[in-house]
Amino acid sequence: MRFIFSFLFGLVSLFAYSQFQVSGKVVNKFNEPMENIHVHTHGKTTSTDVNGNYTIYNLKEGNHVIEFSFSGYFSFKQKYFLKSNLIINAVMIINETQIEEVAIQSKNSNVTKSQKENVISKSTIERYGSQNLGDVLKEIAGVSALKTGNSIVKPIINGLHSNRVVTLNHGIRIEDQQWGIEHAPNIDINSIQKIKVIKGSAALQYGGDAIGGVVLLEPNLIKTDTLIGKTMFSLHSNGRGGSAATSLFRTKEKGLNWNFNASMKYFGDRETKNYVLSNSGNREQNFSGGLSYQLAKHSMSMYYSLYNSQVGILKASHIGNTNDLYNAIVNFQPAVIEDFTYNLAHPKQEATHHFLKFQDHISLTDFSSLDVVYSFQWNNRKEFDVRRNSQNTNAALDLDLKTHIFKVDFQTQKGKFELKNGVNLFLQNNEANPFTGVRPLIPTFSKNEIGFYGVTNYNFSETLVFELGGRLDFSTIEASKYYLKSRWNERNYDEEFSSFIQSEVGNQYFTKPKFNYVNFSGNIGFKKTFHHDYIWYFNMNFASRNPNVSELFSDGLHHSNGQIELGDMKIQQEKSFKIASTIIKSWQQTGFEIHPYLNFINDFIFLKPKGFETTIRGAFPVWSFEQTNAVLSGIDIAFNAVILKKWSYNVGAAYVNGWDASNHKHLIDVPPLKIMNGFKWHEKNWCNFKAEVKNEWVFTQNQFPNYNFSANIIQNNQLVAIEVPISEPPKGYNLWHFYSEIQFETSKKTNLVIAFSIDNLTNEAYRDYLNRQRFFVDEMGRNFQVQIKFNY
Amino acid sequence: MKNLKNISLALLGLLVISCNNDEVVVPPVTNEEELITTVKVTLTNGSNSIVLQSKDLDGDGPNAPVVTVVGNILANTTYVGSVQFLNESVNPADNITEEILAEDEDHQIFYQLSSGLGTITYTDNDSNNKPVGLGFTYQTNAVGTGNLVVTLRHLPSKSAPGVASGNIANAGGSTDAEVTLPITIQ
Repeated sequence: MRFIFSFLFGLVSLFAYSQFQVSGKVVNKFNEPMENIHVHTHGKTTSTDVNGNYTIYNLKEGNHVIEFSFSGYFSFKQKYFLKSNLIINAVMIINETQIEEVAIQSKNSNVTKSQKENVISKSTIERYGSQNLGDVLKEIAGVSALKTGNSIVKPIINGLHSNRVVTLNHGIRIEDQQWGIEHAPNIDINSIQKIKVIKGSAALQYGGDAIGGVVLLEPNLIKTDTLIGKTMFSLHSNGRGGSAATSLFRTKEKGLNWNFNASMKYFGDRETKNYVLSNSGNREQNFSGGLSYQLAKHSMSMYYSLYNSQVGILKASHIGNTNDLYNAIVNFQPAVIEDFTYNLAHPKQEATHHFLKFQDHISLTDFSSLDVVYSFQWNNRKEFDVRRNSQNTNAALDLDLKTHIFKVDFQTQKGKFELKNGVNLFLQNNEANPFTGVRPLIPTFSKNEIGFYGVTNYNFSETLVFELGGRLDFSTIEASKYYLKSRWNERNYDEEFSSFIQSEVGNQYFTKPKFNYVNFSGNIGFKKTFHHDYIWYFNMNFASRNPNVSELFSDGLHHSNGQIELGDMKIQQEKSFKIASTIIKSWQQTGFEIHPYLNFINDFIFLKPKGFETTIRGAFPVWSFEQTNAVLSGIDIAFNAVILKKWSYNVGAAYVNGWDASNHKHLIDVPPLKIMNGFKWHEKNWCNFKAEVKNEWVFTQNQFPNYNFSANIIQNNQLVAIEVPISEPPKGYNLWHFYSEIQFETSKKTNLVIAFSIDNLTNEAYRDYLNRQRFFVDEMGRNFQVQIKFNY
Repeated sequence: MKNLKNISLALLGLLVISCNNDEVVVPPVTNEEELITTVKVTLTNGSNSIVLQSKDLDGDGPNAPVVTVVGNILANTTYVGSVQFLNESVNPADNITEEILAEDEDHQIFYQLSSGLGTITYTDNDSNNKPVGLGFTYQTNAVGTGNLVVTLRHLPSKSAPGVASGNIANAGGSTDAEVTLPITIQ
């Protein structure tokens, strides 16, 4: 096939005008040859070889521009006139400020070959330095945020969230009670240099259950000999607080590398257009540090990070019962509005996450390597509630989660084959403190897993890569939990699960439920590169996810949002089959990316509003985990263009349709259509001045199921039957954001960046369908932010 | 490759060992400090006394409260009323009323009567001279039926308009108990 192509090509060349070649050598400032430098001219690209040499053939006579680029270096551009074969040599200079920018995706750094990776660069992450991971991920079309207030933000990828999105820090999945909607990823955004998002479960080496997708948080991988640091301060008007972060990196090609990062955040109550969001402040204190030692064949590394956060939960969302919920929805005004304060009162959350990792990367031959990794995570989560006895400052929920992960990954390349396989051992233990005075929502449990995977790539040609992967996981979960006898009977557990009962204590059963699961996941796809830089990714994958602890065992009143949440031990694994494709075209000035997908999920687990249960505190809304067959279909579109050199425009749009095929209705909590438009202006001569206006347009979600329920509430001293309108999504909204920055070169190696931005420019009062506090309050109003960043 | 096999076998072994701790450890049962199972309203006028009670022994569990009324409420009578909050899921029962009394500034009990059934007036005060509602008087009207809703609010804004005279509308705070008791005036 390739022979025929080259034959035809040769034939065409014969008839074409005279053609020439450009070649040369690329070195760094020490005159050392540089490998893998990207060379681009007149629609043709190549990279330099080990000796820094490159050649581009078949160029027509005329005026051309050649560009040499490499991550962390200033790109080097030159105009030339071609009338004979030409030699152009280049010297690449390190761009200290850019060194942490996204590295060009070398062949092996891609996690999967048949699915597009969306990458968020260091500079974008820095902009969000005082916010959360969930906020920065919204930059990618198709990723939206599931929020509880302002400080608890979880990513939704193509309509799926929580346990369906696997977040990996340094290649290890973060285990931080991620089952909870109001549990944000326990990660400091300032410790991340690069974020990759894979929309789907193709990244099999990280687990077979990432039905929604994978978020990879990656460290700095530049191996140039350098020492760089950064200190950053942000100040926000809304919340009257800010953040400070500092980091230092020492990198070398061989020998000892080290880095550390420390940051803190401090915010008081946020404000909407019309009122203070009482008790919406938050704090964070974080540290991370890494050490690595490079030898010829070994690269040994150690990484530790500590995340510490305290988040206030909106007082107005702490409702008593259905009466309060109904009033909140109907009045459209929060029940509690107090003066601004920095204090964090109850209810609040405190989370501490320790992460420790050891890794040895062993180069076996030039083409194969082995990674041996051990990691330990210790997550403590405390949720504090408003108690009747104010002297009692104990947490209402106190969970201690310890996770050991041990894995071995083997990677090899032989001819056109690439093979990755490995084994993953996962041991986890959760301890629910029984002395909190409140029945724990999540029980004590232990979970053990072992997984094997293999992924192979076959490079048919330079432009076609085929990928095939499979993964097998065995897991077991064993809980020890007290059930109220009345709940046990209401759930009809006696028939199937009576063997779990160990003993009776008062009106409760002590049980030890145990479940075993086997999961198979598979992935098949390809990546085809056409000329003119068209790339087509196509992927089909099958994955299954085990029910998580909350879906199985949740039982009781969630005090922070006043609802009874019920798990069900009868819940089975959910199974997903997804077909996804991405088409990318990148011209020099413009580019687009289209990502359509179709996702069938059998036994899709979701939290459904069921009605209410009456207790001594009144009637409470009940949400229960149920299963259905779901179909999610959607499309993500991104387009960017450079207009008139200094102006550029970009647009991102995402649409997803969630269908409950068993009940013939829409799925609940599916993100509405969203369109982001951005205009950027870049004037290099004015101290690298950049300005950006962004428009965020979120439509009203008209596709929702009606789960309204009726209840009796007290109005004017009478019990009245009403319908609690929990189903209807809030109206869509349109927000404007502004960002600008200016850069001063303070010396040859250091610079100062000052940024000024305004979020929600028009101070819009709006509510978001995917914020759990939408029943109670508006979203945050206008926010002015000043950021000062010193790179050295 | 052979190494890999050995490693995975070793790991599998580890897994089996770690799963083999079969002894049943019964963790302590959580003592629900916050739980109120019973709200008991007592009305007395001389020898005429009435007890209205709502009891929900499974707390947040699915069973609905059991409501009982002992005694007859008479028309055009002034009753001295009191209310008790108990946790009867433990033995002996916890008297939550004492906790409320100890932090009386942070609590208020509201009484909502169906129209035409009479009026309820607070007879007690906290240290800020605001009502608590553990004691009250009930002046009945003519014969009739309806409901009395008793609500215990935690951290209400006692100085909000109408709250001191028993109007719950502006009270805010969170609901610790809310029971509906049937009233039949004979």
